[in-house]
Amino acid sequence: MIDFGFSVSPSSRINLDNADKEKFARLAIAEPDVLKCMACGSCTASCTAGAFEDTSLRRAILSLQNGLSDDASKLLSHCMLCGKCTMVCPRGINTRHLILSIQKIYSL
Amino acid sequence: MKNNILVIGGGPAGLEASSILSRMGYNVILAEKEKLLGGHLAKWDRLFPDQVPAKEVLNDMLGRMDGVKCFTETKVNSINLLENSYNAMLSNGITVLADAVLLASGFDLFKAEKKEEYGYGIYEGVLTNADLEKAFQEGKKSSPAPRAIGFVHCVGSRDEKAGNPACSKVCCATAVKQAIETKELYPEADVYCFYMDLRMFGRHYEDLYLRAQKSGIRFIRGRVSEVAETAEGRLLVKAEDTLSSKPLKVTLDRLVLMAGMRPSKTGHDVGRQLNLSIEDDGFFSAKDGLQNLQKSKLPGFFYAGACTGPKTLPDTLHEARSAAMEIDRYIKENFRK
Repeated sequence: MIDFGFSVSPSSRINLDNADKEKFARLAIAEPDVLKCMACGSCTASCTAGAFEDTSLRRAILSLQNGLSDDASKLLSHCMLCGKCTMVCPRGINTRHLILSIQKIYSL
Repeated sequence: MKNNILVIGGGPAGLEASSILSRMGYNVILAEKEKLLGGHLAKWDRLFPDQVPAKEVLNDMLGRMDGVKCFTETKVNSINLLENSYNAMLSNGITVLADAVLLASGFDLFKAEKKEEYGYGIYEGVLTNADLEKAFQEGKKSSPAPRAIGFVHCVGSRDEKAGNPACSKVCCATAVKQAIETKELYPEADVYCFYMDLRMFGRHYEDLYLRAQKSGIRFIRGRVSEVAETAEGRLLVKAEDTLSSKPLKVTLDRLVLMAGMRPSKTGHDVGRQLNLSIEDDGFFSAKDGLQNLQKSKLPGFFYAGACTGPKTLPDTLHEARSAAMEIDRYIKENFRK
């Protein structure tokens, strides 16, 4: 193969047609409250780990909806399960429990 | 002697004000350009936030119209202000001498084909909020069931280039309501709402949003940028998921466009003859926007409903009632000394 000195980078566009909807549906059965997130960012703002590492439950949920579970894994990998986000969530989501369920279902 | 009052427009505002004025003892003449009374309400299936059938609401209003002289399929051909009353020639040949006029000309839906990138009138799967309500009214169900359906908020609203920088106020709640109804009709389908901001300002509206979320409807914060047809005849929809700052695409079978509110052309035809002032947004200018929403700059000429900007149905009904009160006060102060 001739090396032309350039490469083609893969598309970074989210493709919802390929998102794993079956896994997310399983998550929604185990944790119906995951559907209630309105992306306010309170969890991310109060996150103790987030002050040092890129950690965000809001973005992790969004990543799962968009079929990007690797991104979700990174965004939760520094979570210490302190539960501060549970206290601030205006929709009353048991975020701590949700994080554990995400890890179980997506085997993160 | 009963004073004549001319009401222009037989939608919710015109109907509500007419029945009240008639019960106050006035001689009310209503002119409606369409064959049927009810305006857009007659073309709607169910109403947000509680999904009350539009027909029930309209029938209640029509039931109070006894005593009002209604002319349908009738336009105001000409109108002019005499010394202290209005002389209007209607298209049915009748001339009305009215001591007060209420303009309740409402709105026209934004012509969705103007946003060509959404493909309305080009692709079969693209329809408007009004088309969907019509399908609901007719009890139509697609077979085979659509697998994925999207709703686009702010079509021809908050869009300077489309000539309408303002929010149309009712589309967010309408989209969420229609998304829920669509999901109920096709439970297996994926339903998406593409929004910029969710303006769920009214009582129970936020409940509607939560209900939609719980039923699995996905809200994507971003405006649809373009729609194309796939080889299979489905719709390839592109937008940015602004919450993750990434471009996004999805293939859908239906795309419902939330066409916003534009000033009514028929209203403009009347306004032009009396030189009524219109603001940059195309809607009529009330005497002032806080305390005198129903008054125009002309004595005895009043407004109610969406002719002065997008309004919800309850907003419109409140305005109709206050217009009736203002008209009553005006007549008593000027004609019964």
